[in-house]
Amino acid sequence: MNIVATAIVGTMVVAVATATAALLVPRPARSAVVGVGTALCGAAGMAAGIAALAGQVWSAAVAGLLPLAGVVLTVDTLSGVFLSVIGAVGIAVGIYGIGYARHGLDGRWVQAMEPLFVAAMLLVPAAGSVGTFLVCWELMALTSLLLVLAEHSHRAEVASAARWYAVMTHLGFVAILIGLLVLTGHADNDSFPALRVAASTLSPTTAGLVFALTLIGFASKAGILPLHAWLPRAHPEAPSHVSALMSAAMVTLGVYGIVRVGLDLLGGGAQWWWLLVLALGAVSAVYGILQAAVGTDLKRLLAYSTTENMGLVLIGVGAGGLFAAAGNTLLAGLALTAALLHVINHAAFKTLLFLAAGSVLHATGSRDLDSLGGLRPLMPGTTAAFGLGALAGSALPLGPAFVSEWLLLQALVHGLAAGGVATAVMMPIAVATVALTAGLAVATFVKAFGVGFLARPRSEQAANARESPPTMLAGMGVAGVACVVLALTPVLVLPAVGGASGRVFGTTDPVSAGLLTVRLQGFAGSLAPLLVAVTVVAATMAVAVLARLFAARHRTRVSARLWDCGAGPLSARMEYTATSFAEPLQRVFDDVVRPEHDVDITHYRESRYLVNEVSYRLRVPDRVEHRLYRPVLAGVRAWGRAGPRLANGSVHLYLGYGFAVVCGALILLVVTR
Amino acid sequence: MSVAGAVSALLQIALVAVGSPLLVGVMRQIRARLEGRAGAGVLQPWRDLRKLARKQPITPRGTSEVFRTAPLLMLATTVAVVAVAPFVTIAAVPDAGTDLFVVVALLTLGAAALALAGLDTGTAFGGMGASREITILALVEPTLLVAIFALSVPVGSTNLADIVTSILHDPSRAITPANLLAGVALGLAVVAETGRLPVDNPSTHLELTMVHEAMVLEYAGPDLALVELASAMRLSVFLGLWATLFAPWGIAADAGVGALALGTLVFTVKVTALGAALAAGEVFLAKLRLFRVPELLAGSFVLALLAVVASFFFG
Repeated sequence: MNIVATAIVGTMVVAVATATAALLVPRPARSAVVGVGTALCGAAGMAAGIAALAGQVWSAAVAGLLPLAGVVLTVDTLSGVFLSVIGAVGIAVGIYGIGYARHGLDGRWVQAMEPLFVAAMLLVPAAGSVGTFLVCWELMALTSLLLVLAEHSHRAEVASAARWYAVMTHLGFVAILIGLLVLTGHADNDSFPALRVAASTLSPTTAGLVFALTLIGFASKAGILPLHAWLPRAHPEAPSHVSALMSAAMVTLGVYGIVRVGLDLLGGGAQWWWLLVLALGAVSAVYGILQAAVGTDLKRLLAYSTTENMGLVLIGVGAGGLFAAAGNTLLAGLALTAALLHVINHAAFKTLLFLAAGSVLHATGSRDLDSLGGLRPLMPGTTAAFGLGALAGSALPLGPAFVSEWLLLQALVHGLAAGGVATAVMMPIAVATVALTAGLAVATFVKAFGVGFLARPRSEQAANARESPPTMLAGMGVAGVACVVLALTPVLVLPAVGGASGRVFGTTDPVSAGLLTVRLQGFAGSLAPLLVAVTVVAATMAVAVLARLFAARHRTRVSARLWDCGAGPLSARMEYTATSFAEPLQRVFDDVVRPEHDVDITHYRESRYLVNEVSYRLRVPDRVEHRLYRPVLAGVRAWGRAGPRLANGSVHLYLGYGFAVVCGALILLVVTR
Repeated sequence: MSVAGAVSALLQIALVAVGSPLLVGVMRQIRARLEGRAGAGVLQPWRDLRKLARKQPITPRGTSEVFRTAPLLMLATTVAVVAVAPFVTIAAVPDAGTDLFVVVALLTLGAAALALAGLDTGTAFGGMGASREITILALVEPTLLVAIFALSVPVGSTNLADIVTSILHDPSRAITPANLLAGVALGLAVVAETGRLPVDNPSTHLELTMVHEAMVLEYAGPDLALVELASAMRLSVFLGLWATLFAPWGIAADAGVGALALGTLVFTVKVTALGAALAAGEVFLAKLRLFRVPELLAGSFVLALLAVVASFFFG
């Protein structure tokens, strides 16, 4: 029995044992047991993933476990990438959950769901047949839905968010189900090797249909526009460690699905598939980060940033498919490497950010940036964690996301002339998208960190914040270390990721990573993340030393009042808030985000020249959702209203329906025979 | 890194560090003369720096280490860029290359750090300046990256050294439509990034119009000296990058003494000429309203996009 098999079986055993223990163990010890169990489950998954990346391939079929199809598990290098990501997130979240769950989240069923959710996510990339895949996919959706509902008794919005999530995830499931069943209908059985054989005989129309249907389902899971509406609702309302699991691990499985079905099972396909993927990715990236840049709810902002990052990943996947369709497999491998590396990096920093946001929520009870601030002296650990996450999220050097975005940009630069007019038009747009996204991401995370954590507290709760317990800090620490390692030594993961994506296109590893430099194969281009970091740190220290030497006369710092225009002490109400910080950007992109202003002036009764009160409200609604979902919802509602009229309880009417239908059927039979 | 590389890097750092305040002095002097004033002299920025550096360091109450380290980080990122860019000689470029995306991202990192410091003070001024600076930064980024894209496509590399040598080997590349369009686009981006007119007025202290100055209002003494020096060096670096990309003649190919001397001279002349042109142009310009700036930047973005199109069809 090889390592992959042992680890996968271990994951399942640990998950079931932990879930059972969660139901039996008394409350005080429950969260510790579940946390350790979840972390172990994640560790086993990560071990399986690393073993798979090292080249172990494992396949097993258990006939009787599921009716009809049985269970088929297959782990290859592509699965390995996602297994390790999900496993690693599971470790950090498990440790963090020990402390986080103590406050109202240690109910039996909620706790039992946590390891099961991690295990279900781990099973999705390990599935080796359509039946197994769909069952695991649904298991993942259900366990996550129950976890989203964990706090439904505290806030009314939770139920609404969960309803959105439930409906959208199941509509997506239906789309994937139909798509995969159409494909399976042409194959001998539902295992992936059989599908690969069948895909080569499919007509382009059928293959396109299969791809389009599965794309709908997978894109909705990945939070891609216009199917993202559940994401900014469900992520903020879920408990924060669950948000981290969903945002860092679960949404990436949408990407896994697109790569697995589109590039692996269907074997590439037509150019328009990948143009579509690229366009969807570009739109999602810009729209997601724009909403994040003008948003003020910390967790909602992070949720939109997930949409942005998945958009960037899809740009990479789409570019990869496009280059492969044009016959340039090496470049395709490079683009896919960038995408998969970004999946890994995004998982690391988004876990960190959501865990830190959870720590803030835990300490202050607020997610509203406008009422936070001043957390630096009160919560140094959380502030450091969020700061690191913000650096990573804004894709600046010294952060991990910079490496993957650099690879993506390189793939796009070299791809301009790779595939005729289509790439010549799409590549500049894609680069502009990545660039605009990078700029807005800097604005978003400067706002989130600067307003949320620095300066002075803007509310009573923020002023009384206390640092989170050590287990939560340890969870953040794990994610933080992962961020730093990925940023400085991408060499640890790049060969494996490059090998995995090279194998998808049947070429060699498109990137050669030495300890210091990452070099592209076949193209000019190299990056030395460790050297950049060392240079910047060394230069900072040199500057600090020189500045001290130069100012040798005064070595002690004195503190002084802030400049207040001589008008007395500054109050927290005079500070810039997240809303005011984002106001210029919101004005610049007025036509895109369409904010809603609401000014309410009440006058004194005596004279309408004297103003009693002015209230101003600003909302930035999700415009895509507004325009796209409202008509659909209105249609559904109209149908619902029509229902009572058609079925008003009269037995006569129902008998009439029956009579009419039977007559209609008879007439139809007579006419067609 | 080889010895020649280290020597070249140190030379470039020393040149830019010493020369940048002088460049600011020259630009102020030109502006003063054109406006009919006597001016304070070319050395005035250095006198200011010396005066500031000798003062007592001050920490405004309620600020954290973000406020204290931001000027260091801003200066450090600028120095890091100066060390590896082929300003005076291509020998300064390390083996791994000087990637243009990295250069731009490093400079952005410094600016973002200073914006965080502005927010850290918790005053209305700091927040206002940070917000405006970040808005402009976010809008300049697309122009910068797309212009880099246009420049690197014909060369097939985003390495600065490769772009420079390709133009040196084939001077006709310098006047391709793609290069000219990218030059104008990058020029506008440089003006916005360095906070010059018409995007920001470096000499204003009026609340409504300040961008950069509002952000650094709480800095005093040695910290302010660092901020001022970093700003001056960023100006030199952006002008130097522009000159290196579009007029790379005179950049030494190795690190011989004569070559370095010539390279130093040519670099100084190029940057001074660009600075003088910028200062002279500024006399005739008024600051744009903040909400008109995006239009200017959108224009530069369109130019950059046209440059890409041109590089595909004519490159």
